[in-house]
Amino acid sequence: MSNVLVLIETAPDGSVGASAAMLLGAASRLGTPVAVLAAAPGSAAALAESLGSLGAERVYLAETDSVSSLLLTPQVAALAAAFTALEPSAILVANSIDGREAGARLAVRVGAGLLVDAVDVRAEADRIVASHSVFGGSYTVESTVEGGPVVITVRQGAMDGRAEAKVAVVESITLDIDATGSTVIESMRPLPAASDRPDLRGAATVVSGGRGLQSKEKFVLVEQLADALGAAVGASRAAVDAGYVPQTSQVGQTGVTVSPQLYIALGISGAIQHRAGMQTAKTIVAINTDADAPIFEIADFGIVGDVFTVVPQLIDAIGKRSGTS
Amino acid sequence: MKIVVLVKQVPDTWGARRLNLDTGWLDRGGSEAVIDEIDERALEAALAYQDSNDAEVVALTMGPDSAKDMLRKSLAMGADSAVHILDSRLAGADLAWTARVIAAALTKLGYDLVIAGNESTDGRGGVLPALVAEHLGVPLASYLDSVAITADSIAGERSTELGTMSVRAPLPAVISVTERTAEARFPNFKGILRAKKKPVTVWSLDDLGADAAASPVRSVVLATSERPARSAGTQIVDDGTAGVELAEFLAARHLI
Ligand SMILES: Cc1cc2nc3c(=O)[nH]c(=O)nc-3n(C[C@H](O)[C@H](O)[C@H](O)COP(=O)(O)OP(=O)(O)OC[C@H]3O[C@@H](n4cnc5c(N)ncnc54)[C@H](O)[C@@H]3O)c2cc1C
Repeated sequence: MSNVLVLIETAPDGSVGASAAMLLGAASRLGTPVAVLAAAPGSAAALAESLGSLGAERVYLAETDSVSSLLLTPQVAALAAAFTALEPSAILVANSIDGREAGARLAVRVGAGLLVDAVDVRAEADRIVASHSVFGGSYTVESTVEGGPVVITVRQGAMDGRAEAKVAVVESITLDIDATGSTVIESMRPLPAASDRPDLRGAATVVSGGRGLQSKEKFVLVEQLADALGAAVGASRAAVDAGYVPQTSQVGQTGVTVSPQLYIALGISGAIQHRAGMQTAKTIVAINTDADAPIFEIADFGIVGDVFTVVPQLIDAIGKRSGTS
Repeated sequence: MKIVVLVKQVPDTWGARRLNLDTGWLDRGGSEAVIDEIDERALEAALAYQDSNDAEVVALTMGPDSAKDMLRKSLAMGADSAVHILDSRLAGADLAWTARVIAAALTKLGYDLVIAGNESTDGRGGVLPALVAEHLGVPLASYLDSVAITADSIAGERSTELGTMSVRAPLPAVISVTERTAEARFPNFKGILRAKKKPVTVWSLDDLGADAAASPVRSVVLATSERPARSAGTQIVDDGTAGVELAEFLAARHLI
């Protein structure tokens, strides 16, 4: 079986990033999963063990101090070194900001093709096929690359399959990095440690709030409902622009695309650009004071009402059902 | 300083955007064609620098004939000139080829700084600036929420899923901006009049030479299908019990 490289992103604390399990799972369907990463010196042993447990058969590891000072240059160099050594048929990266950028740079550097934002990948006879969900899920497009290996960026949270655990063979490599052509990281402020809430991408339930929440303080109502449901928190662009929540919570055209079992929109009008990020949810619930809000056009259950009276009652009713209040 | 801003014509997100089910390409008869909002912000970043510094701003696009309207708008906003890469052979070009063509045009044009939007609203690839930077062999500072341009460097805040970093790159460089950067100015009447006299250069593939040729590795669309549109379900007006009714609805669907 051909090698399939997976770029592993690490969290600010040095641990394996959230997308690694999905990517290694996807890679195991296409060939032999090889985890590739650039990491701070001294992290090798722990990383190799967790990557093996996620299905990596080999770990290609470059330990270098420059990961914290040069923007993605070490990651691209590690991928290029692994590419030359292992002649993979495919290279999978997360469709995260860093993943796409490293993947794109690698594709140019080694002359590979590029398929972006795949929601599924599969091997067919002699080619690899990716599926994409286009224009907010209005279309499904299948594509492939002809004439050479392919770099695929895979949408985070889009694929459920996981690989069997392996005991990974670790190969350490030394990178020859030219810092002159690189953007420099002068400082980094990690996002506050992730809450207990599930990640927005891939969450089974998402509760989102819009401008109708009126203020950052009152947006807490969205979080309270999310916690009652074990859900992730999302938001409209208007809510992000108003500073109620960080940009990473934005759902829509220029934010995250989600496809949960249940999506609850609170005080969101349902502009077409918001719908582009959530209209493939299985069940959509909307609460809005305006009976003509476009969000109701796609809601399975719509309530014309004030979020500040309906939602507390809903939280109370959920509590009673689960017997916790 | 010569700043080249990459702009793209896209279907307006406010309309119904369609794909041609045979080719998988954009159906240009769908939504109205406009300049991508994010590229207006990219142009704004260049114009804001030009407001108080000596700089030449060029808008560059690769696109069909209709893209010239969008270039006029860029000129009306304040760009000094525009370059239109126009060649029927480029219809349906994949990301890789598009990047090669744009990189070849940038090399021909010359630049100190290239500014792009982080991600187009139609393709949503978010990779073109990286592809172009790698072709040019210059630093890339992407997904910037703020941009500070100096005579020999560019700095900004870059937010990813993991946190926010301050980054800096020496010029020449390629950068991309996010929708957290300043909203674009509107073209005023004077700008619209002056735009009519500003130069728009049209280049074909032949003008760009061998570097702009398609690569032997290419992506191919195999199939395109449309998903049925959603319809509205139950709608109730809160009479004081809607929260309880919603809990019952969720329970009936095993969602709580
Ligand atoms: C290129 C482009 C990209 C965009 N990308 C995105 C994107 O990714 N995501 C996104 O969300 N938007 C995006 N937008 C913006 C989008 O067009 C809308 O402006 C935005 O979604 C509106 O957010 P909102 O629904 O929170 O605000 P509004 O449209 O102001 O709606 C607020 C709603 O709250 C309701 N309301 C008020 N008070 C209450 C109450 N007490 N109880 C219940 N309801 C109440 C109101 O009736 C109203 O319907 C984009 C726009 C463009 C042009």
